[in-house]
Amino acid sequence: MINLVIDDKKIQAEEGATILQAARNNGIEIPTLCYHDELTASGACRLCSVEIKKGKRTRIVTSCIYQVEEGLVVNTRSERVLNVRRLVLQLLMARCPGAELVREIAEKEGVEPQTRFHPDEDKGKCILCRKCVEVCEQVVGVSAIGFSYRGAEKMVGPPFMESSQTCIGCGACAYVCPTGHITMEERGDERIIWDRHFKMAKCTVCGKKFAPEDQLKYISETTGVSYDTLTTCVDCR
Amino acid sequence: MKIKSTEEFKALQTQISNSRDPEKPCITVCAGTGCIAYGADKLVDKFKAEIEEAGLQEKIDIRSTGCHGFCEQGPVVVIHPKKIFYRRVGLDDAAEVIQKTVLNGEVLDRLLYADPISGEKITYEDDVPFYKKQMRLVFGMNGNIDPTSLEDYLAIGGYGALAKALDGMKPEGVIEEVKKANLRGRGGGGFPAGWKWDSTRNAEGTPKYVICNADEGDPGAYMDRSLLEGNPHSVLEGMIIGAYAIGSNQGYIYVRNEYPLAVKNVSIAIEKGRDLGLLGDNILGSGFSFDITIIRGGGAFVCGESSALFASIEGRVGEPRAKYIHGTDKGLYDKPTNLNNVETWANVPLIINKGADWYQSIGTENSKGTKIFSLVGKINNTGLVEIPMGMTLREVIEDIGGGILKGRKFKAVQTGGPSGGCIPEEFLDMKIDFDELTEIGSMMGSGGMIVMDDRTCMVDVARYFLKFLEGESCGKCVPCREGVRRMREILDDICEGRGREGDVELLESMSQGVIDGALCALGSTASNPVMSTIKYFRNEYDAHIRDKKCPAGVCKELIRYTIDAEKCTGCRACARVCPAECISGEKKQPHVIDQERCVKCGSCLDTCKFDAVLVE
Repeated sequence: MINLVIDDKKIQAEEGATILQAARNNGIEIPTLCYHDELTASGACRLCSVEIKKGKRTRIVTSCIYQVEEGLVVNTRSERVLNVRRLVLQLLMARCPGAELVREIAEKEGVEPQTRFHPDEDKGKCILCRKCVEVCEQVVGVSAIGFSYRGAEKMVGPPFMESSQTCIGCGACAYVCPTGHITMEERGDERIIWDRHFKMAKCTVCGKKFAPEDQLKYISETTGVSYDTLTTCVDCR
Repeated sequence: MKIKSTEEFKALQTQISNSRDPEKPCITVCAGTGCIAYGADKLVDKFKAEIEEAGLQEKIDIRSTGCHGFCEQGPVVVIHPKKIFYRRVGLDDAAEVIQKTVLNGEVLDRLLYADPISGEKITYEDDVPFYKKQMRLVFGMNGNIDPTSLEDYLAIGGYGALAKALDGMKPEGVIEEVKKANLRGRGGGGFPAGWKWDSTRNAEGTPKYVICNADEGDPGAYMDRSLLEGNPHSVLEGMIIGAYAIGSNQGYIYVRNEYPLAVKNVSIAIEKGRDLGLLGDNILGSGFSFDITIIRGGGAFVCGESSALFASIEGRVGEPRAKYIHGTDKGLYDKPTNLNNVETWANVPLIINKGADWYQSIGTENSKGTKIFSLVGKINNTGLVEIPMGMTLREVIEDIGGGILKGRKFKAVQTGGPSGGCIPEEFLDMKIDFDELTEIGSMMGSGGMIVMDDRTCMVDVARYFLKFLEGESCGKCVPCREGVRRMREILDDICEGRGREGDVELLESMSQGVIDGALCALGSTASNPVMSTIKYFRNEYDAHIRDKKCPAGVCKELIRYTIDAEKCTGCRACARVCPAECISGEKKQPHVIDQERCVKCGSCLDTCKFDAVLVE
């Protein structure tokens, strides 16, 4: 076990754990936006920044990536940390004025919108947390969506923002999207996501439309389970 | 023909050196990108044709060489052995240069360089003030070799350091030598190269990679380009020695595709190196094998950042990752990787050849050797200059650079590229090295040096660099993607008369947030231009915000041009150049500018010989 101190509290954590995991396991809350337990941490949002002290040297690191070290002293609410956190929240509120989650976290942290920033109108609710792209690549394994452009123009979507032939319509991206920017609609026997219409398969037992046919075909191909077996919904299996 | 031993190599080198007569006249024409733009290629052809026509092939050599550095004077021609220096040489001059100068020793006055201040004509290259104070250890070889000729490089002792390393030095010994020389990375960070090599060598995992970072992207900086174009073998030799020391068999040169001549010359160099057995399997019979692949980058500034560069080579989007685990442990393909920039690699053969003690004797306590700077801006002599560490900024700007253009007043020098800082006059006598530059809020960076005069607005400068970085931000992390753009918007407001009280303090707190919060060095240094201009030129910010005035007369929304009726002679020069045709007045009578139609381009100010145009 590794011994460290977070916010004056002595803590033991397993080797290889991140500061964020160690803190949360010990009831110390650090706000996050781009972090997800099942995905590789990217450190993109910087909201989980903390100040660490090793010997005499202090520096700011992202707690979702930085691994615990023996004797590490961590401050999750130092002045420098709060300055980064405030900046990140104010920047995201200006980028996505409609993203309720960001406003809620800001309220909890006591951060007001920065009136000097002119709010964007063209970014929707996308804060570029990357979870959708990562879940599609790391969990689903199809990489149907990715990033295009860079800097403030960076955006998420299928290649060339045209409907993707690789997408299986599983909806994992919409599920992990923390702000509700990615929308998925069920209409009749269709599911519509990323401007593509997917035909939904009906459960052979109960008749419920439970998954897109393309998704079941993909699972069948990758697992070797026959398509016919998969067309029975989980409840009826 | 493949060389199979270091003895065989040394014999070949001696044979080449002996076959060359140092007294034989040789016309060297700079064929760097700058001089090619001036028509150097055609000039070389013309010289060749003239030599052939006169049947002088046996008597005169002609060589198109790498960049000499004095780019604004191109095409540059140096005639050996005396090194007579001609500039702005045209096609019509070729025959006369051969007949008069090469054959009869007569100097052509019209092609000589004249000192911009004294007007004195200078005959020999070594006497030109631009070169005189330089120490061209790394860059100087460019002028003596044809970059596409391996034989030329061998003739000046090239690959001698590699033979020396393979012949008697253990890999650890090579690392010790580089450590002792205290060679620090020339790409920006200034990290000690020897230590990096050591970490990579000792890291677990195979294969190990060495990479040459040639993704040079700072506006106005082109020293790496000129080295790769002008002396590619020196970079290859450094990499091969490094790979031997580290224990790597595979190297990459990551060069931007916008550098076609660099790509071409390095490709030729690699091929010729392979043919001779300097690259590939069992190099010079030593049992050590190493090869190099060229990767052409798409030109993203951020791909100069090591982890983004790895991602780009791997075929992924060029985005950095957090570097809590160093590239020396997990770099390219998650394997131990040593990345150094072009200039760093080119220093390695010098250190191995002449020894760490010699190298240590040049420079300051913690910065050894020389550094190549790209000296540009409002200065008389612009180009690439190589100076020993520890030279003062004043010496570079006044002695090598020949002072400020048109005798104007110096205001600041910006070093370190877009992430560097602006240094005011009070620090001109500061010694240039890694630590001193960082101490005063700027940095060495890859070696950009932009000189600014009193007609430069420092708020506008900060805005310019932020705009560059905003466009080059990869967009992965919030502080850089969103923060840099919001800071630029505030600077836009200040420059356009919408600045508010408290803006400077907001910029300061945002700067700190971006420094602390950004994921990679592009973001964490992006605030430097803002921080340093606020620190040293706060009064300019205040003038913009409080008085709605731009003291340097640059920000269009805050200035107006008028004509001083007492000084105006009515010569009509300003009215003729005015693109908006808004200056009126009778001949020999004071003129007037129509403020409604004036586009504030400043053409009248630049044209007036009587100082009658005023900016307020």
